[in-house]
Amino acid sequence: MDYALIVILQLVVTIANLALISAGLAVIFGMMRIINMAHGEFLMLGGYAALVSHQAGLNLWLAIFVAAPVTVGLIGAVLERLVIRRLYGRMIDTMLATWGVSLALVGVVTVIFGNRVSGISPPLGSVPIGGYAIGLYELLTAGVTALLFLGGWIVLRRTPVGLIARGAMQNREMAAALGVDPARVYATTFVTGAAISGLAGALIAPITGVAPSIGSVYIAKAFITVISGGTAILTGALSASALLGSVNTAFSFVMTPVLGEVALLAAAVLLLRVLPRGITGRFFRRSL
Amino acid sequence: MTLRDALGWLLVGAAALYALVAVPTGGELTTMINGSIYASYAILALSLALIWGYAGILSFGQAAFFGLAGYVYAVAGLNLESTPLAAVIAVAAAAGFAALLGYFMFWGRISDVYLGVITLTVSLILYRFINQTAGEEWTIGAAPLGGFNGIPSTPILAPPGHPDEPFLPEQIYVLAVGALLACYVICKLAMATRFGRAVVAIRENEGRAELLGYDTRRYKLGIFTLGGAIAGVGGVLFANSVFVSPNMFSLQTNGQVIIWVIVGGLGTFAGPVIGCFLLMALSTWLGSLDAGPGFAVLDPNLVMGVVLTLCVLGLRQGLLPTALALGERLLAKARGTRGRGAAELGQPAEERP
Repeated sequence: MDYALIVILQLVVTIANLALISAGLAVIFGMMRIINMAHGEFLMLGGYAALVSHQAGLNLWLAIFVAAPVTVGLIGAVLERLVIRRLYGRMIDTMLATWGVSLALVGVVTVIFGNRVSGISPPLGSVPIGGYAIGLYELLTAGVTALLFLGGWIVLRRTPVGLIARGAMQNREMAAALGVDPARVYATTFVTGAAISGLAGALIAPITGVAPSIGSVYIAKAFITVISGGTAILTGALSASALLGSVNTAFSFVMTPVLGEVALLAAAVLLLRVLPRGITGRFFRRSL
Repeated sequence: MTLRDALGWLLVGAAALYALVAVPTGGELTTMINGSIYASYAILALSLALIWGYAGILSFGQAAFFGLAGYVYAVAGLNLESTPLAAVIAVAAAAGFAALLGYFMFWGRISDVYLGVITLTVSLILYRFINQTAGEEWTIGAAPLGGFNGIPSTPILAPPGHPDEPFLPEQIYVLAVGALLACYVICKLAMATRFGRAVVAIRENEGRAELLGYDTRRYKLGIFTLGGAIAGVGGVLFANSVFVSPNMFSLQTNGQVIIWVIVGGLGTFAGPVIGCFLLMALSTWLGSLDAGPGFAVLDPNLVMGVVLTLCVLGLRQGLLPTALALGERLLAKARGTRGRGAAELGQPAEERP
């Protein structure tokens, strides 16, 4: 019984982790049709922002929930201004340019912090469940992910800001004719996506540690989740995380964690063979 | 054959002659070892030039085939008597893997951007997988996979029938440059065939090609498999120049190939090869500058990233097409004045080829 509970909790944590690292990418891709190759580096920068501000004496929770999203959001704003804005509508060029940005960011961080892993010790300890234990911090991460998606849903569905954002994405000219400045909406969306990525990176940092090249660990999983999810931002990312996270957990459980990741990818390739437009291209089509 | 084609072949021939005759007689070993690394990377760049520039297939994980072939070669070479056989198996494995992956992507009719992400993901997953194979249990026959450190005991190619006399670095260099030349010729020839023309037609307008009766999926699969095989040749040569390690699959390697192709010029074969040599030389030079504290700012990743971003934003065409266009404009200008002169004398103006 305890064992079953711990397996279920582990599954929930894996799924939430996948959803968390994909969230920022899903916002930017789902709303703007931009594939942001620098996503992994946004996560990495979030981790470093939390690490540096915590080492400078800031409370850990403030470092994770305030310093990291704000820092990465600002970096996102600069990038949007300098690079992304010039390339709207040119999907492949955006991809290449953000890849360049990604390499450059890895280079900058390597120059500043050196090519080594730094860590923040995970707070909170663990909860015993029968003869087993699970990290309380990891459960908290899952909770934050749930709140993040709930918040995203409320903003998109229930607020004027969300309505304007969805409108501008659906029909740019019409939104502009109605007095919305699409460029501003795009910029805001990109910055929001970057800030979410920063938060995600900071949340994961105590679990995995941070290194300049850690972005490449996340980026494959985040991309495959978002693309398997399809166009609907929230439902897509969540359903794909659930499916791929389950596959990952099952294979990690039977074999090794890395083989779990290999299985995750194989499952995603098979899935896209059957559903080329992702899960929400076929199911839950009217969802967000 | 137009004048431009003839000039192109002449230049390629001159470059090959220089690399195969002039450089070995100079006889510096480091130059030649670097030369074989550059040449194997250039073959990788060529494979991406083929499938991206000519077939319009956006493979962001071309290094997957490069690394896979390297590893298959190392493992097969350590287990088998004959290294040439191992090389053949390795290239076949890269082609086979490309065919399998291509089947899923083209028959799933995945759009190009998704395709880029999937190929990249495949490469990164291979990277993750190989990276963790440090333990004893990850040994295939006589070959330990070695995890992060790779396989330093990667066997060197030996002539068939003489397994105890592996090639010297100088000979590997000649082999690598020769292979680069051969791959270039193969790419050029492939594009001149009916198959190659159909592939270009599909790149230009897939729907129209399909309506004309071409099964575009087969053509894409064919060219993707050829690209995988060529990348595999590069991987085997790289394994012979250095040794195989997970870095062959890494995000940086995948990024570099794309940068070479973009900087050199998408839609040409010689451009990406030139881009590869130039940028490899640049990053080697940057790496050697590491001594001074002020130079630490010039991290190779940083420089490559900035080069890529600026090229996408500014130099849309790449070096070779830009240079060619410039040359043609100058030529046309020179001809224009000569043509007018001829017209004044009552002669017909020279016809443009």
